[in-house]
Amino acid sequence: MPSETKAPENYVEKPKTLAELREGIAAGSVKAVDLASTYYERIAQVNPRLNVYLSLTKERAMEQAAKVDAAAKRGDSLGPLAGIPVGVKDVLVMKGAPSTAGSKILKGYRPPYDATAVTKLEAAGAVLLGKLNCDEFAMGSSNENSAYGPVRNPMDTERVPGGSSGGSAAAVAANMAVATLGTDTGGSIRQPASFCGVVGVLPTYGRVSRYGLIAFASSLDRVGPFAANVRDAATMLGVIAGNDIHDATSSPAAVPDYAVESDKPVEGLRIGVPAEYFGEGLEPEVRANIENGIHALKAAGCTVKPVSLPHTRFAIPVYYLVATAEASANLARFDGVRYGYRSASSETLSAMYSHSRDEGFGAEVKRRILLGTYALSAGYYDAYYLKAQQVRRLLAEEFLRAFDEVDAIVTPTAPTPAFKIGEKTGDPLAMYLADIYTVTASLAGICGVTVPCGVTKAGLPVGMQVLAAHLNEGTAFRVARAVEAAK
Amino acid sequence: MTAKVTVEEVARVAELAHLELTPEESGAMLHDLNAILDHVAELNQLDTKGVVPLAQVSELEGAGGAAPLRQDAVLPSLDRAVVMPQAPETDQVFFKVPKVIER
Repeated sequence: MPSETKAPENYVEKPKTLAELREGIAAGSVKAVDLASTYYERIAQVNPRLNVYLSLTKERAMEQAAKVDAAAKRGDSLGPLAGIPVGVKDVLVMKGAPSTAGSKILKGYRPPYDATAVTKLEAAGAVLLGKLNCDEFAMGSSNENSAYGPVRNPMDTERVPGGSSGGSAAAVAANMAVATLGTDTGGSIRQPASFCGVVGVLPTYGRVSRYGLIAFASSLDRVGPFAANVRDAATMLGVIAGNDIHDATSSPAAVPDYAVESDKPVEGLRIGVPAEYFGEGLEPEVRANIENGIHALKAAGCTVKPVSLPHTRFAIPVYYLVATAEASANLARFDGVRYGYRSASSETLSAMYSHSRDEGFGAEVKRRILLGTYALSAGYYDAYYLKAQQVRRLLAEEFLRAFDEVDAIVTPTAPTPAFKIGEKTGDPLAMYLADIYTVTASLAGICGVTVPCGVTKAGLPVGMQVLAAHLNEGTAFRVARAVEAAK
Repeated sequence: MTAKVTVEEVARVAELAHLELTPEESGAMLHDLNAILDHVAELNQLDTKGVVPLAQVSELEGAGGAAPLRQDAVLPSLDRAVVMPQAPETDQVFFKVPKVIER
């Protein structure tokens, strides 16, 4: 290793693969209860510094692990995630377990039901270890907006893990779970995956049920997995995807075997490279790593060609209008009446609403509620919200046209590697602008995978974003596998 | 669309959103909102005349669509007994709030 390479702190550890663990569990050489215990020991050891888990669901996890062991002993057929330790972002509800969404306003809330993705994980045999830290209501790009303190990046604990699913990405990077669930509204899975050097999946809008996801922006919110390698991420998506009676926007399309799809060779695939994602603001070291990844795809037999996405520069304004407008409506439900925090100092109903919200929400959440309320208010609706929705269509159609010519589009996931904690907190707009490469796919509803694609001289991971058309996750996984294999 | 937000507008929007801001918070929000809205004004460069607003991506071609709506039949939902204990103040049947009507 070159001498300028910064030695990582000992928090980075790669989990074993799903296939390896599951084989051991099925054969009885690995006990699911022992595996879960090992993970809880690891969490006890590193969580005080990394602040990845907000709460643990130990009783439920050990019960599930024991069930898996008993099934393995009986020789029953095991689910695809039998005995696999998995963490869940705290914006997804788990029955009886604290589910704060990183907010003070939900402190102490114990939901009476499970999110559909949680139900599906457990049905597949997963052992759910606990709830993972995140930006408050998934609003943020650095995990610094959590009411429970920032997550630290296992690669360099002075740096952010990205956000909003910072805990979900860091948990995999530090082997505090084999895989995790996160959510992505404008980049909240892909960007932390890039910052922590793990794989993160943005499924097509509607591919995974949003039931039990504490809503931020309903037309953009997605639930998706993190894992240490592409194939495991594909397996995870296969488990959680599918139509759900509880989510009217969930797609009825059949769910392919994504792991098998990811095994297919990439030879002959057409890969688009949009110049708009390689312009001003992209750090040279990030660019160099992504260009290496593109060369690797060429070497693997892909055809690489330029594509044009000229509306890209309008994506941040569109995203921050649409997302905040929807958030202002979604977060109206936190009023201190039915669940969560209620201010003690209120004589009237109206004062109770505003005191509870004022004391319960953090600064970024208030900022977004105000921006969204403003954009929806009388006199501004047409100029802001409607205009944003019109440009959203232009952005989406531009992607559809590009996918007539190519099978996948590759870009950097973020313009920089992980930045320092505190570096951007003073300037909300600068923080928003860093989402430039991820918000476009969010607005268009298409899918994507972030895959590790080299490191900087300082040892910080760089992630490549592989985008594919609606419901073409299989193609995105294939391309990501080829990038992964080239390392 | 390039109009500057005033401190009065921040107060009005906060009221609409049931948020109470301290004078410091209000000043910071005024600054941030104006910075963000300045950036958002870039959208004015685009002629969107005749473009149909896109509220939901499922309607796009090939986007997977949404499932047909389920039958309008009564299905069991969460039991009151597990929901009410989450309320800050309840008699387990109703949610209690400060008095709304004085008599």
